[in-house]
Amino acid sequence: MRHTLAVLVLSRLASSLVTLFLVSLVIFAITALLPGDTAQQILGQFATPEQVAALRVQLGLDHPALIRYWHWLSGFVTGDLGQSASNGVPVAQLLAARLPNSLILAAVTTAISVPLALVMGMVAAMRRGGTTDRVLNLVTLSMVALPEFLVATLAVLLFAVKLGWLPALSYVANVESFTDFLKIYTMPVLTLCFVLVAQMARMTRAALIDQLDSAYVEMARLKGVPPMRRVLRHALPNAVGPIANAVALSLSYLIGGVIIVETIFNYPGIAGLMVDAVSNRDLALVQACAMLFCGAYLLLVMLADLCAILSNPRLRNR
Amino acid sequence: MQGESLVVRDLEVRATSVDGEERTLVEQINFSLQPGEVMALIGESGSGKTTIALAMLGYARRGCRIAAGSVRLGESEVLSLNAARTRALRGDRIAYVAQSAAAAFNPSRPLMEQVIEAALIHGTMDRGSARQRALALFRELALPDPEHIGERYPHQVSGGQLQRLMAAMALLTDPALIIFDEPTTALDVTTQVEVLNAFKRAVRERGTTAIYVSHDLAVVAQMADQVLVLNAGRIMEQGTIDKVLERPEHDYTRSLLAAARPQRRRPPTSSSGEELLHIDNLQVGYGAKDSDGTPADVVLDNISLRLDRGGALGIIGESGSGKSTLANAVAGLVAPSRGAVQFARRELSPTLRGRTPEQFRRIQMVFQSADNSLNPSHTVRRLLSRPLQTYFKRDRAARNRRVEELMALVRLSPELLDCRPGELSGGQKQRVNLARALAAEPDLLLCDEVTSALDTVVGAAILELLDELRHELGVAYLFISHDISTIRALCDDVMVLHQGQCVEAGRCDAVLEQPRHPYTRKLIGSVPELRPGWLESCQAETSRESVMDDSVQ
Repeated sequence: MRHTLAVLVLSRLASSLVTLFLVSLVIFAITALLPGDTAQQILGQFATPEQVAALRVQLGLDHPALIRYWHWLSGFVTGDLGQSASNGVPVAQLLAARLPNSLILAAVTTAISVPLALVMGMVAAMRRGGTTDRVLNLVTLSMVALPEFLVATLAVLLFAVKLGWLPALSYVANVESFTDFLKIYTMPVLTLCFVLVAQMARMTRAALIDQLDSAYVEMARLKGVPPMRRVLRHALPNAVGPIANAVALSLSYLIGGVIIVETIFNYPGIAGLMVDAVSNRDLALVQACAMLFCGAYLLLVMLADLCAILSNPRLRNR
Repeated sequence: MQGESLVVRDLEVRATSVDGEERTLVEQINFSLQPGEVMALIGESGSGKTTIALAMLGYARRGCRIAAGSVRLGESEVLSLNAARTRALRGDRIAYVAQSAAAAFNPSRPLMEQVIEAALIHGTMDRGSARQRALALFRELALPDPEHIGERYPHQVSGGQLQRLMAAMALLTDPALIIFDEPTTALDVTTQVEVLNAFKRAVRERGTTAIYVSHDLAVVAQMADQVLVLNAGRIMEQGTIDKVLERPEHDYTRSLLAAARPQRRRPPTSSSGEELLHIDNLQVGYGAKDSDGTPADVVLDNISLRLDRGGALGIIGESGSGKSTLANAVAGLVAPSRGAVQFARRELSPTLRGRTPEQFRRIQMVFQSADNSLNPSHTVRRLLSRPLQTYFKRDRAARNRRVEELMALVRLSPELLDCRPGELSGGQKQRVNLARALAAEPDLLLCDEVTSALDTVVGAAILELLDELRHELGVAYLFISHDISTIRALCDDVMVLHQGQCVEAGRCDAVLEQPRHPYTRKLIGSVPELRPGWLESCQAETSRESVMDDSVQ
């Protein structure tokens, strides 16, 4: 069984790599198609055509696209992500400065939102049709419906402006104690949880209800199995597949999609870095960020698939 | 624990529909059982038999509630217990054996865990002794490899074995009352006999009181002392099994008895002599092919048959025998790896692509489940017009005329034309399904288990219709079934399939009355007869046969 599992993981990894390669093609093609000229952008309106041409040569923009792609890809594989065109700093260095911030924010949000969503989904599924279920349904629906910029702005208005409990901006560098940590992360994490919990909770509820309606859960009930055990021991293991996929999809949002939260709280994460890179036409940085987001997404989906396979003896023992 | 007495008084279960309307599912249910007695609940789908059976456990399905009545097991009143006390009763003093064991076992947990779960929850045994007891029950129920079968997962065990594992699960705590809910309906006949035997022995030896839910009178005759005949939620008749079988008082019981064994309405016709379908040495399989073209997984091999215009050939076999694959090969849904199919003396292309529109029209298929093969969002009129448009390019007026003719042909009222399948009963849907196939004016109908999903009375009516249509229209049938009595009632010839091979073929009466092949004999011998004691005599016969087999070896 261990052998088949290894084969499975390897084949998943291989197919992820192939996907990543295809994505790299797409990313390169799109960045190459972006209107405007990088050299022109860097030097500004008043640069002479000679200066622009010289910079183009320096940046390697005079080579055909395929050659540039090859240079970029081979550099990428060997860990050389290139130089940022706008300030000449290696891209890897820029990413290294921002990535930990993004990962911390993602980790904290995950640690809070996933258990919360699972519990909410489970409670709603167990109390299906009852008052608790209806209230949870209403709450999650309104959470989905509220745009996150609104949630974030309201949070700032309430906690920073009216109550004055929390700082409106996140100065990550100033974290020295747990209290600082709480002060800085509470609002961004709260806003992100608003978006994520609703989706995951609703998917959890749907997946669990599917299982709770099945003949084997009825059988468990007629064996005298108490409700909590029916959900945890009987229904949940069979709902892991769909739930893991919903969680993975939601969490993938935490790496690239948090731009609004990063902007409102001035949080120094990767998404903001990429947006700046796009407006500066900093191709190397855009490409690196895009590959990172895509890699993170593929990793999450692969983990979800593995969860689904490991939880299903039919697939596990094939 | 010995069996306990069970007294049910004025039981009433009500259901609330989505729009909040309440209706009665079952009412005025009264019966009583002595300790150790077995009572059968018999009736068609929707008669409320499972609802009553579940109420014995103090349970009603979602959207239903037990509205009134009393269920008294021994000294305890089941319906007045609180949730915790009810749970303590279930899986301990009252056990349940579900209809489809394949669905009633949790697919992601090992079997042993599930078999001993109830005993562990109720704290009646520790894990070690529960396992010991489960192993003893596995041996008693003649499960293969009893030491290790508990480590497997449900999908690694056959349907008949799962059903016995479920019986072991029910018997583990030595319950006073066992509810069997159609426990053999999903099984092949030969498996059914073994499982029935195992159940009967286990229940009788322990003196357990039991309720046996079934739609099959012949099965019930083997298991029960008492019978309760239900229709539309009410008791039609109640009495000892001998009395109900010998001297049924109610008309409904008589119609059930008549439908249980459909009779042949006219003698088998002799062949028209004009060959319609000819299959020569057919082989069908799946998977990669080896150097001489044999697939990895051969489903059907060495099949040769001939069906004349207007004839009816029955294909009988158990699940996995390849009978549906044969119909699919003729229909062109699966390409044979060897052999030829001739239709009206012309070679049929193995795949759909090579067939002419005329061939498509002349070969029509009727599927088992009308629910799945009729588009639920189309009206009956649209369903029946479609083939008319495809095959005959008729204008609207001509189509409407023909659609009404077709409805008359399958004995349906033209008022149903504007209904959607969801508004029709099971029998009506199957008639529409049949009418759709007949709309093409085919020469050959491939009927795949067309009565299997229907209640016996409804199925018998469909069989009668098929028989009439055959004589009115001269259409030929390739009639696939696992049920010998339907084949006997309809077909002229029969072919017995076993593991993809034809073991016996010939005239229906000859093969079914004097089977030569041991498998055919076993198949016919496994169909329960409508008399108590058949199970015991059949068991005696099989053990005698196995003794003879041993002495030959």
